[in-house]
Amino acid sequence: MYADYGVPLALVIIGLLFMAAMMGLQKLLAPTNPFRRKLMPYECGEPPTGSAWINFNVRFYLIALVFVIFEVEVAFIYPVATVYLDWIRRGQRWFALSELLIFLFILFVGLVYVWVKRDLEWIKRIPDQDSVN
Amino acid sequence: MNNSLVTLIGRAMFGPAPLDHTDQAAAIAVACAVVLFAIAVPFASIVTWVERRVWARIQSRVGPNRVGPNGFLQWLADGVKHVCKEDVIPEEADAPLFKLAPYLVVLAFILPWAVMPFSSMLILADLNIGILYMTAITALTVVGVLMAGWSSNNKWSLIGGIRSAAQIISYEIPAGLSIFPAVLMTGTLSMQGLIRAQKWEPYHWFIFANPFCFVAAIILFVSTLAENNRTPFDLPEAESELVAGFATEYSSMRYLFFFMAEWGNMFIAAAILVTLYLGGWQIPRFNWSPALMNLLQFICFLVKVLVLVFVSMWIRGTLPRVRIDQMMSICWKYFVPIGFINMIGTAIWVAFFPHGSRLMEMAMFALALAIVAAFAWRVAYFTRRSRMELYFHPTI
Repeated sequence: MYADYGVPLALVIIGLLFMAAMMGLQKLLAPTNPFRRKLMPYECGEPPTGSAWINFNVRFYLIALVFVIFEVEVAFIYPVATVYLDWIRRGQRWFALSELLIFLFILFVGLVYVWVKRDLEWIKRIPDQDSVN
Repeated sequence: MNNSLVTLIGRAMFGPAPLDHTDQAAAIAVACAVVLFAIAVPFASIVTWVERRVWARIQSRVGPNRVGPNGFLQWLADGVKHVCKEDVIPEEADAPLFKLAPYLVVLAFILPWAVMPFSSMLILADLNIGILYMTAITALTVVGVLMAGWSSNNKWSLIGGIRSAAQIISYEIPAGLSIFPAVLMTGTLSMQGLIRAQKWEPYHWFIFANPFCFVAAIILFVSTLAENNRTPFDLPEAESELVAGFATEYSSMRYLFFFMAEWGNMFIAAAILVTLYLGGWQIPRFNWSPALMNLLQFICFLVKVLVLVFVSMWIRGTLPRVRIDQMMSICWKYFVPIGFINMIGTAIWVAFFPHGSRLMEMAMFALALAIVAAFAWRVAYFTRRSRMELYFHPTI
């Protein structure tokens, strides 16, 4: 049983060896001739202005936060979904169904909350600003 | 370890006696190498040529046809070209992260092959958490892509990497929710268990089990398109906007690794859908030759996967790209709520029909046939009406 988990380990090792071999082959065959202008970041042929490590749109953080909440809850559904059929077969139909529905209802309330708060909209309009305009 | 490729190769190498630990480790290593270098890497390489030829046909071009018969060796030529290219690491890049990123992306492409169910025997390890393992490992891509985008110190890379991360993690949710209907109906997470619960007749596939599964399978397909950054969701590498997205600063082997993983992930995504909803390797059972039966099962699985891969190429050749706000609203405002409804609907369906309903299977199968027939009729009708002559010569 646990020997099965040797397979992912073997795949990681073989994959890393394969990639290392390809990189080694590239080191042997490819030229190396770095100079200043070649090593500049590509910005459509112009000299780059400033660093690229800048502040980016805060929407991406919000999407990531919403994702974490939902993904954790999806991970919690996996065990319930796996034993669900067993419960049905043992005649606990209403118990199993109501348990699953309550859990999904709580998840769904979370989605509705995020939606009503307009955090799913890419361009968020804040009501106060709209009224000023 | 029963009934797996590892046992098979172990018997071929060391005879029928039970294996000790070293022999078993050797058998595992050989089996993994066989799957990787006989199926995974060749698929990821050759599909580049197939895809370019298919687009060329769709766009009335010729496509690569110089290297080898009909350009078949183009993938090899591209590989050789990448090996012989200089590996440029930008001066201001974060070098350790820059070098590490392609390895993570390729590992996310290599690891899912551990639970890939090619036939009733040919599977590396039938883990009892198969489908959970698959979704968990494929999500590793996002770390590599984000790392590549950030470490390049290039504005295009940064925007591409962040967009890609947002897109992949968003579409994880509908994809995850669309896996549950099949799990609810079988009560197992093992890939082989999911396939064994279906039968070879198309109307016994899970996609036709009830209307919710039908919708869930479609959502899963579209979500995997988005997770693999394929058109119409190819915002991270939008060539006309972002140069090459997160891969802008990459060259040589590292670039090749990124794109090998990306094309290989098409196979993995299609294999997940085939396993969950399209009957996997199921063929009519016969007992007189296990070897032949496994071969036919393997071919059946491969044909289903390649058809789905072709459909995704077809979509890439046909549809325009969506905007980022449209992409996000498709995911969060349509797919996630519909995914919830699918799951609740399937849970209720399973509670009242634990063994499925023959009538509904037949009705859904007839509906699917009707959709395909209507689509074919529409294509034929508009082709005739536009007085366009279809010139079809597959080898040019």
